[in-house]
Amino acid sequence: MLNQLTIAELSSKLNSGTVSSREAAQACLDQIERVDGRLNAFISHDPADLLAQADAADRFRQEQGGNQGRPLLGIPIAVKDVIAVRGHPLNCGSKILGSYVSPYDATVIEKLRSAGALLFGRVNMDEFAMGSSTENSAFGVSRNPWDLDRTPGGSSGGSAVAVAADECLAGLGSDTGGSVRQPAAFCGCVGLKPSYGRVSRYGLVAYASSLDQIGPLTKSVRDAALMLEVISGADSKDSTCVPREVPKFTEGLNGSIRGMRLGVPREYMVGGLDPQVADAVRAALSELEKQGAEITEISLPHTEYAVATYYIVATAEASANLARFDGIRYGLRVDGADPAELYSRTRGAGFGTEVKRRVILGTYVLSSGYYDAYYLRAQKVRTLIRKDFAEAFERVDAIVTPTTPTAAFRIGEKSDDPLQMYLSDIYTLSCNLAGICGVSVPCGFTTNPRLPIGLQLLGKPFGEETLLRIANAYEQATGWHAAKPELS
Amino acid sequence: MDFEAVIGLETHVQLKTHSKMWCGCANSFGADPNTHVCPVCLGLPGVLPVANEEALRLTALTGLLLNGTISPFAKFDRKNYFYPDVPKNYQVTQYDKPSTSGGWVEFEFQGGLARVHITRAHLEEDVGKNFHFDRESGVDFNRAGVPLLEIVSEPDITSAEMACDYLNALKQILIYGGVSDCDMEKGMVRCDVNVSVRPKGEKKLGAKIEIKNMNSFSGVRRALEHEIPRQIAVLRSGGTLSQETRRWDDTVGVTESMRSKENAHDYRYFSEPDLMPFVPDAAWLESVRARVVELPLTRKRRFMKDYQLPAPDAETFVNDVPLGDYFEDVARQGVQPKALANWVINNLRARMTESNTRLEDLKFPPTGIPELIALVDAGTISSKIAQDVFRHMFESGESPAGIVESRQMGQVSDTSAIEQFCDEVIAANPKSAEDFRSGKAAALNFLKGQVMKASKGKANPALVGDLLASKLNS
Repeated sequence: MLNQLTIAELSSKLNSGTVSSREAAQACLDQIERVDGRLNAFISHDPADLLAQADAADRFRQEQGGNQGRPLLGIPIAVKDVIAVRGHPLNCGSKILGSYVSPYDATVIEKLRSAGALLFGRVNMDEFAMGSSTENSAFGVSRNPWDLDRTPGGSSGGSAVAVAADECLAGLGSDTGGSVRQPAAFCGCVGLKPSYGRVSRYGLVAYASSLDQIGPLTKSVRDAALMLEVISGADSKDSTCVPREVPKFTEGLNGSIRGMRLGVPREYMVGGLDPQVADAVRAALSELEKQGAEITEISLPHTEYAVATYYIVATAEASANLARFDGIRYGLRVDGADPAELYSRTRGAGFGTEVKRRVILGTYVLSSGYYDAYYLRAQKVRTLIRKDFAEAFERVDAIVTPTTPTAAFRIGEKSDDPLQMYLSDIYTLSCNLAGICGVSVPCGFTTNPRLPIGLQLLGKPFGEETLLRIANAYEQATGWHAAKPELS
Repeated sequence: MDFEAVIGLETHVQLKTHSKMWCGCANSFGADPNTHVCPVCLGLPGVLPVANEEALRLTALTGLLLNGTISPFAKFDRKNYFYPDVPKNYQVTQYDKPSTSGGWVEFEFQGGLARVHITRAHLEEDVGKNFHFDRESGVDFNRAGVPLLEIVSEPDITSAEMACDYLNALKQILIYGGVSDCDMEKGMVRCDVNVSVRPKGEKKLGAKIEIKNMNSFSGVRRALEHEIPRQIAVLRSGGTLSQETRRWDDTVGVTESMRSKENAHDYRYFSEPDLMPFVPDAAWLESVRARVVELPLTRKRRFMKDYQLPAPDAETFVNDVPLGDYFEDVARQGVQPKALANWVINNLRARMTESNTRLEDLKFPPTGIPELIALVDAGTISSKIAQDVFRHMFESGESPAGIVESRQMGQVSDTSAIEQFCDEVIAANPKSAEDFRSGKAAALNFLKGQVMKASKGKANPALVGDLLASKLNS
C-alpha cells in the first residue's frame, strides 16, 4: 500500500515510474475513509483538491522527465490546523475562527510547494496548540491508533495519528513545549523540533512566539531530515529566523556515531518515570553504546523549574498573541452593546477552557505588581536553563532522555487535572526554553497494552545534523519505526 | 497665592517612509478605506512583523537632531490593550529600551531663548481609525502600522504659549531633517499633554493630569488655556486634584474626565518576541549621521551673524532652504549680502513664484545678480532700471551688461545730453524754476523728475540734481 511507505520509498517508486502520485494520494484518501472515522485525525480535507495536486505532480514529472530536483514531488503531506495555507480553512482547533479561510501561505507551505509536496487536510490539534492530548480541540478528540481509548498526545496529535495510521506520508506539526515530539512518541513516529530560528514561523499562528517552531512528523529519521532540509532557511518575513546556511541533512545521515559523547541527565531518570519507559531508554543507550557512542551522566540542575518557567513565559506571550481573536475583523462574533461586551462574549464563547486558563494566567503574570515576581523571574530562570544546556553541550554531543515519562495515557485520564497534564511534558519543555533542537524516535513498546515509547535526543542549537545522524543510526539498528498499529 | 503650571508634551509624529513599519504596504494618506492593507498590518493569524530600516534610521536621526543619544541597544515591546482600531490588540512600541534618549529643543521665546529637554524619542506603530455611522461602526486600517515616532518632553514648559512655540520649533526641526512632513491636516502630528499646577516657589509637583485628543497646536493651546485656570481654581477653592486622564472637547472648549488613576490601563508591557533587539553598528550610525542637517534656529542665527541680515531675511532663508543655499553660494562671490538678500528675496523669489520656476532651472548663472548689483553700484544703471534688467536676465539668461548694452538701458552721464534735457525742462516749467529760486527746495525734485522722465529714466539722477541746481542758481 503506497500510503504505508516512507517519503524516501514512495519517491523512489515515483521516480522509477512504477506508480503515480495520484495512486499515492488515492491510497491516503482510501485510508482516511477507512480509519479516520475512528481516529479523527482530520478536521477536514478536500479529496478533489488533493487529487488535482497529485495529477499536476504527475503531469510535471511526465513533462519534465523527472522530479527536476523537487525532492517532495507528489508526496501527500498533512498540515496541522495552525499553519496557514492559502484558500484553506484555518481554525487552530478552535471555534473562535469560525469560517475563516487563510488568504496567504505560510513560508513553510511555500517551500513545500516549491519542493513539489501535495499539501492537504487540516489535521486536529489542541486548541491553539495548548495541550498534550488533542482533548482540547473544538473538533473532537483524536484517538491513538495503537489504542483507541488513549490519546495520541498533543498538541500535534492529529499529525501524529495521520502519520502513524498511514493517512499521509508525513505531517507538519508545531512544537512549543513538546507538541511535535510527545505525540510522535505516543503514536510511534518520528517527530523533530528544529532549533529556534531554523524554520520560519511566518504563517504559523503564534502560541508562544519565543518557543514555537514548526517541525515534521514522519515515518523515518531520513524523512524528517528531508522535510527539514526543505522547510529550513532564512525568511525575509520572519526576523527571528536565522540567516544561516541549511546543511544537506539527508547526506550526513549515514555517518558513524563512534566516539560521539552522549549525556544522560541525572535529573530526568527519576520519580514519575514509568519503569517500562526507563527500561526502553536504557536499552536504547546500550544500543548506542554498542555502536561506539560514549554514554556519560550529565546534570541539568535547573530542570525542576522548567515546567513553572514554561507556563509563565508561554502563557504571557499567548495572552498577547491570542488578543487578536476579538470578533472585530474575522472569525466568530457574538455581538454586544459596546466593544468590551462584544470582546468578552466572543472570547467567552469562542475559546475553550484550557485556552482561557492560559490567557488568564498569562495576563496575570504580566500584570503590574506581579511582573517582577513571575514574568521577569521566569526570564531569568530561562537564562539559567539555557546555560545548563550550553554547559552540558561543552561535554557531550547530544543528550538522551525519554520523550515522555509514560506511554500514551487514557482519554479523560488527565483532562480534569491540568497540572498532571502539564507534567507529561517535563522532558520536552526545556528544549524550547533553551532554543535547542530535539527529536523523538520510536524505541520500543510497553507491554499490556502495547504502546509505543519515544526516545528523545537533544542537540546543540543548529546541531540537527549530528542529532539526525544519531537518530538514524539508532533507528536503522533497531527498526522500531517500522512497526504499524493494527487498525482492522 | 500665585500658581505656576508644569507642562510636558508627548508628541506623536508619522515618519516619512514609503512603506509601513512592519510590511510593504504604502504609508500614504487619503486612500479609500482598507486599500493599503495586507495580512501583516491587519494582524491576521500567523503573520509576523519585520522592522522598516528607514523608520529606524529616521528615529535615530531625530535623536541626533534633538541633541540626544542613539541607544546602542534598542528593542520593541508589546503594549497590550483592546480597542477596535488596534488590529492585534497590542501596539508594538519601545518601552524600556527606546532608540534614542535625552536631548533638547531650543527655540526663540518671549525675546529670548527657551530650551525644553527631551526625555526620549521612540518608535512605534500607528493604529487604524474608527468611524461611527448611524447604526454601526467601521475601522479603516490604512493607518495601522504606519511608523510613528513618540517624542516625550521633560516637564520644562510653563505656559500654553510656550507649549505652542515648542511644538512649532519641533515641527520645523522634523520637517528640516526630512523625518516627517508634519502635515497637521493629515493627522501626521498628534499630542498628549501632561499638566499640573503648583504654588509658585513650591518644588513638589502637583497631581499630573493627562489631556488627550488634541489634533492641532491651537487645540493644545486652547486646552491648556482652559485646563490651567481650571486646576488653579480647584486649588484656590480649597479642593484637591488627583491624577487622571481628561479628554479635550474641541467644540465645547473644555476638558472632561476620562478615567482616574485607579482605572488607569495596565498595559502589561513585555519584550516583543517576534523582533530581534536592534544593535546599530558603526557604519549604520555613520549613515545616519551623514543625514544630520543644520537646525533651523542655528541657521537663522548664522545668517544673521555671518551676513548681517535682519531677522526677517534670515527667517526667509530658514523657511526656504534651497533659496537660502542659493543666497549663500552667491554671497561667497563677495557681493554685499544685504543687497543680494534684497534681490534674492524681492525679485528672484517673486519671479520664480510667478513663473513657477525652480532654482535648478534658472537661465542665468550665479554671477548674474552680483553683476547686476555692480552695474548699479557703478552708476551704470539706476536701481529702477536694474529691475527691468533683472526681468530680462531672468527670462533670457543674458548677462546684465549685455542687456544694458543691447537695449541701451545705460544711465546717461553725458553732461551735455543731460544739460539739454535740463534746459528744456526749466524752459517748460518757469513757475517751478521760480519757486526754487525763491527758496522752495522741494521744487527741485519736481524738475528732477521731469528731467528723468524726459530721459526715459536713463539720466544719472545725481548728475541731474547737480546740473539743475547750478543752472537755476546761476
